[in-house]
Amino acid sequence: MQIIQPHYHAIARTAQDYERMAMSGVVAVCEPAFWAGFDRRHPETFIDYFAQISEFEPTRAAEFGIRHFCWVAVNPKEAENVELTNDVLSQMPEFLDKPNCLGVGETGLHKSTPNEIAGLEAHVDLAMKHDQLVLIHTPHLSDKAHGTKTVLEVLAGMDVNPDKIWIDHVEEQTIDWVLDAGYWAGMTLYPVTKCSPRRAVDILEKYSTERLLVNSSADWGPSDPFTLQECVVDFRKRGHSLQEAVEIFHNNPCRFLGQNPKWDIKPIQISEA
Amino acid sequence: MLSPKQTLDTYYLEARRDLLEVAALLDRYDEAVKNSDGSAAKDRRLVVLREAMEILASPDHANSDRTKQLLEHFSSIS
Repeated sequence: MQIIQPHYHAIARTAQDYERMAMSGVVAVCEPAFWAGFDRRHPETFIDYFAQISEFEPTRAAEFGIRHFCWVAVNPKEAENVELTNDVLSQMPEFLDKPNCLGVGETGLHKSTPNEIAGLEAHVDLAMKHDQLVLIHTPHLSDKAHGTKTVLEVLAGMDVNPDKIWIDHVEEQTIDWVLDAGYWAGMTLYPVTKCSPRRAVDILEKYSTERLLVNSSADWGPSDPFTLQECVVDFRKRGHSLQEAVEIFHNNPCRFLGQNPKWDIKPIQISEA
Repeated sequence: MLSPKQTLDTYYLEARRDLLEVAALLDRYDEAVKNSDGSAAKDRRLVVLREAMEILASPDHANSDRTKQLLEHFSSIS
């Protein structure tokens, strides 16, 4: 089965992950800009990072036959540094023009501070001005509900097209708000935090899957890119057809990301001989 | 041996995850019952799970033997 990893921090992972993903059907990964584990101090550090994910990382993925796409943003954890955020934002349009860059992300909120909110607004505004897709991170654990509500309030006050906005890391307590507001919702499958593969399948069975995306977890912390395959297997174990799985784990990413013409992977239909 | 705080620092999130998995299983079961033809038989395993949670919720575990108690409890399923 062909699978797309819509949210994958490739620079934190080994080539062995690419190899195993290729062996298990992954045809493309999308790498949002991410927090490095420490707060970066210089705009130039971001520029080099953006070059890494827009120029170098696609070559590493290509060695395993996997397409690599990216997103650019200042991570919400670093938005407290307003000067840095504004400086990086001013240089982001150059990267939005890169052939593998799909949009602005992951922006969003961490502790929902005024500076984070200002950073989120600036990112969304830039994306809308450049007709870009937006990927929005919502906070973890006890900050999640408040942060998700705040994200939705910020967006409600802006002139945005919900079709082009993906709000990520939803769980049972937040998914209704995101879908009811007309946005795409992403579930992120971690070994310990956020959502689990089985809970994700519960959500897939409960909601219309039209605007749902499922991501694995793949970063420098405790994470596992193969939680996505676990989710596929649990989905199939519950009796859902191969085409239904393809719709969620391949075609939905194609439908959302395909709003950017740089995404040229098309939805697929399984036909029986 | 870990201190009380270190114990929670180390294992709280995993326990949170595991409890959410149990909650999700019970929700999944309820949904399945709702979507069935109404003839879902009472399954002893569901009762055993609920009783296990009552054992966990009890404040009286002076011997720190919840795990042993649960294993003995689960062994009641033939």
